[in-house]
Amino acid sequence: MTSESKPYSGDNADGAPLPAGGPNPPRAPEPETTAAPAASAAPAGESLARDAWRRLSQNRAAMASLALLIAIILVCIAGPWFLPWGLAEVDWNAFGTGPTLENAHFLGTDANGRDLLTRVLYGGRVSLSVALVASFVSLVIGVLYGAISGYLGGRVDNLMMRFVDIMYSLPFMFLVILLMVVFGRNIFLIYAAIGAVEWLDMARIVRGQTLALKRREFIEAAHALGVRDTKIVTRHLIPNAIGPVIIYVTLTVPKVILLESFLSFLGLGVQEPLTSWGVLISEGVDMMESAPWMLLVPSFFLAATLFCLNFLGDGLRDALDPRTR
Amino acid sequence: MTQPLLDVDKLSVTFQLPTGPVTAVKDVSFSIAEGETLALVGESGSGKSVTSTAAMRLLPELAKTTGAIRFNGENLLEVSAKRMRRVRGNDISMIFQEPMTSLNPLHRIGRQIGEVLVKHKGLKGDANRRRVLELLNQVGIPEPERRFSSYPYELSGGQRQRVMIAMALACEPKLLIADEPTTALDVTVQAQILDLLKSLQTQYGMAILFITHDLSIVRHFADHVAVMRQGEVVESGRTVEVFDAPQHDYTRMLLDAIPRGRKVPAPADAPVMLSARDVKVRFTTKRRLFGGNDHFEAVRGIDLTVRRGETLGIVGESGSGKSTLGRALLRLLKSEGDIRFEETDLAPLDKSGMRPLRSKLQVVFQDPFGSLSPRMTVGDIISEGLKVHRPEMNRRQREAEVIAALEEVALDPGMRNRYPHEFSGGQRQRIAIARALILKPELLLLDEPTSALDRSVQVRVIDLLRDLQAKYGLTYLFISHDLSVVRALSDDVLVMKEGRVIEQGPVETIFTSPKEPYTQALLKAAFLEEEVAA
Amino acid sequence: MLIYTLKRLLQAIPTLLIVITISFFLMRVAPGGPFDGERQLPPEIEANLEAAYHLDEPLPMQYLRYMGNLLHGDFGPSFKYKDFSVTELIMQGFPVSLEIGGLAILLALIIGLPLGIAAAIKRNSTVDYLVMGTALTGIAVPNFVLAPIFALVFGVLLAWLPAGGWNGGALPNLVLPVVALSIQQIAYIARMMRASMIEVLGSHFIRTARAKGLNEGEVIFRHAIRTALLPVMSYLGPAIAGIITGSVVIEQIFGIPGIGRYFVQGALNRDYTLVMGTVVFYGVLIVLMNLIVDLLYSALDPQIRYDD
Repeated sequence: MTSESKPYSGDNADGAPLPAGGPNPPRAPEPETTAAPAASAAPAGESLARDAWRRLSQNRAAMASLALLIAIILVCIAGPWFLPWGLAEVDWNAFGTGPTLENAHFLGTDANGRDLLTRVLYGGRVSLSVALVASFVSLVIGVLYGAISGYLGGRVDNLMMRFVDIMYSLPFMFLVILLMVVFGRNIFLIYAAIGAVEWLDMARIVRGQTLALKRREFIEAAHALGVRDTKIVTRHLIPNAIGPVIIYVTLTVPKVILLESFLSFLGLGVQEPLTSWGVLISEGVDMMESAPWMLLVPSFFLAATLFCLNFLGDGLRDALDPRTR
Repeated sequence: MTQPLLDVDKLSVTFQLPTGPVTAVKDVSFSIAEGETLALVGESGSGKSVTSTAAMRLLPELAKTTGAIRFNGENLLEVSAKRMRRVRGNDISMIFQEPMTSLNPLHRIGRQIGEVLVKHKGLKGDANRRRVLELLNQVGIPEPERRFSSYPYELSGGQRQRVMIAMALACEPKLLIADEPTTALDVTVQAQILDLLKSLQTQYGMAILFITHDLSIVRHFADHVAVMRQGEVVESGRTVEVFDAPQHDYTRMLLDAIPRGRKVPAPADAPVMLSARDVKVRFTTKRRLFGGNDHFEAVRGIDLTVRRGETLGIVGESGSGKSTLGRALLRLLKSEGDIRFEETDLAPLDKSGMRPLRSKLQVVFQDPFGSLSPRMTVGDIISEGLKVHRPEMNRRQREAEVIAALEEVALDPGMRNRYPHEFSGGQRQRIAIARALILKPELLLLDEPTSALDRSVQVRVIDLLRDLQAKYGLTYLFISHDLSVVRALSDDVLVMKEGRVIEQGPVETIFTSPKEPYTQALLKAAFLEEEVAA
Repeated sequence: MLIYTLKRLLQAIPTLLIVITISFFLMRVAPGGPFDGERQLPPEIEANLEAAYHLDEPLPMQYLRYMGNLLHGDFGPSFKYKDFSVTELIMQGFPVSLEIGGLAILLALIIGLPLGIAAAIKRNSTVDYLVMGTALTGIAVPNFVLAPIFALVFGVLLAWLPAGGWNGGALPNLVLPVVALSIQQIAYIARMMRASMIEVLGSHFIRTARAKGLNEGEVIFRHAIRTALLPVMSYLGPAIAGIITGSVVIEQIFGIPGIGRYFVQGALNRDYTLVMGTVVFYGVLIVLMNLIVDLLYSALDPQIRYDD
């Protein structure tokens, strides 16, 4: 057999998932040894990541959410460049007008004559950046903390987790508010404060994963091969723990957005001239009776984003959860 | 002939899955007379459990059934749901494979058994309690009065299965369906449960439909047998006749799928490969922040010696410490005592000190689904050891080695870029063997390498292990609870219980004239007598 | 059980110490003080005020003094509401907050649990999609958006219910804030209950129950629901914390004189003692609630033993 090594020659393997369901799901008969066909080129198999993507792409609700989410993000990033109005620019001819094509106030103006669409898009940038940065902060802290605790195990693990327990029972929301009051409403502080609140769940999840994986036989097999600890962590532990982490991140992002808008709503979030969806909603509430669009427009953007993220999170969980395999 | 008690007539079951219909059972027919036992035998995926579940009409809604299942002449597939509920638990009852999870964890034992009596017999209050206690007594639960108000978690697996049996017998059913009732239990417990079922069968005069993959149980237990394969019955008849003169190739193959032969002994003057003295392993069961920890001693002082080319079989039930011992010998776990490999004392070596030796000491684990990283290709999995121990090799050389290793275990080298989830259990176990083999090890720890596999697959993996041992003069530490496999593969046997060695010696001595009562009980429970006689 | 309860209470002490310490020092390093009014006070008066509130002492002394007072249940005087002590303010606000919070959690359970159970039983049916779609909307629309919309629609446009105010806790004034506060928790509880029920309905002991000849009602009510409740029970702790947090905005929006409003006002006014008092009070509350939830959990699950 001439063996020309072409590791990634073919694509697409028929890795049809085993049908699940029933008390004893029917299974295809098990082929024992495979009679070697003439093929010497090795076709690539379907990795779990690709398999998960395929399942996700079959989930219409999740894909629609993903598309809408990308659209919202793109519009928030690029939109303000195409709009004639600036963030704090006042149109002296339009105070609190409703949506109109005149002067390009597509979604109306606020009580100070500032274009609402422009402000919502700028606010979206802030809300989304908080979501991104704070989730990332929580991801980094949570993954490191959880992985160290789980991998080291024993007494260290015990102490680290007891600390997490104590943190859990703190009225965190109120401490964050306290932090905002004390240090002023600084966007970087929001990033850090929210990130510092949200890492606890992530740490628990990653620790649980690490503990479970540590007991798996393929990790033991790697030890038996003499693979170094660092390699075991990078080649075996992390790739296998990544699924639940991804799922959890998609669930953290909406929580972070919500937290930020909650703070902003109370007047404890970002400050003028910056704005965010929470600030705009809060302004909208004040003007609710005379200018309802000021409440509805930012609310719609916030709700749509949260909706999409939740749908996407659910879809990812279904696609990555090994139990549905 | 009188009307049979249960008559399954051309039963087919099709699951309407999102990926398309899958037929799990095709035109299956068999019948059971009153008081008799029929065994439905087959490997995983043969449709035997689906068939029995269909008889109780407990299949999920996406299953479509055709044909007929007549119980006393009444077609159960056509009766109303209400009528069917009168049959379940009253005329036909069922026990399952999973004793640990089949009882409601939040209800007391007495209540769970009593519930059937309330439902079908209207038995309440004191009368109910008396009957439940009587049943608990009959199924051999000690202290029934106390157990009456126990929760399932307070009972062992064997006891839970007894409770399930008590529940099933409460209304004196005419037919008991037992779906692999002993598979999850240790062999000695398994034998007790089978004895219990048999004596209760005579007492109550009920018929039993017994679903199992284990042919040795069938031989002892069933009057009739039906062999299933891929959803079809390929052969059926009286057990004695089917076993003595199997007609179908598949039946013959199944019957042959018992590891036969004995190992050619290694020369007596072969050098000692591995020796251990007074090995102890302790686990911390509870950690306290302050003060001492609680410990559990899993291995309590074990001595052993293995010579080059030998196989040492380590036998024991779950919790005996056999796997822990194996891991300790390879220094995958911390232990006390001396362990010497060839000339080297392993005890003082740390991780990096052990590393050069790792290529000589390899391991194959039990679970073919857990022992391969799901995120790596088969080629990467197999070649990982080369990256550690043969760093001078380039990618092309490693690839060539992988191909050779795959061919060695009779797998298509063209599959090397696929991922583990695309392979069957037997194939995965071959991949695990290839991963160990590629390093050209001298000693292989085989920790229940075949227990998770179907019998026919198991035999082929064993043949492979045997061939490899002969070809490369490998030394095996073979850990198993399966005595027939151990017997076919080992030179010496070590019987373990609760972390200690109960009995130790050459394989034939242990199997033909065991001295310790525990070893005798183990052997009896494993139904090896006729093989011994043969 | 009693020992376990005491132990848990003891464990709560370091948690509360951390809360008190963090909030104490945070407030003290804050720029600006309680007397930064519109008008600059003369220095002597400010010094007098500081002396009266012991703000002129070194920090550790202030800390110890505060801790000592706390032990007597004395949160100190409010800086802004000059005639009231913080304890008085909290005691005034707490019954109000307790009423809407308690009603909200009750409503969340009464509505959320049956919805989740129904969706699980009728899995993949119209009922299921309807319930889960609504639940997702409930999660996606935050209460500070819902509450003003409720107030606008039912309070102003339809004028069925008062759009705000407390009115001594009259029933019509309770409806909107309680509903707005509970909607998100209804959604979470329904989703959790559904997932938990689906898992339980697929488990082996449910198969056993069916094999006994029980009807679906008996299977679900006698066997499935109690087991499925366990994970939802352990969510109750976070749910209560969520309700407490939510009550801060709800009280703000509907103008309800609960502690949430004092907290926000205090935070915006730098009323040190008031903010600290409320944070400590919330800390104690959350710790106590978690303990009660755990004890409740043990009543449902016989397998939990309290020997460690």
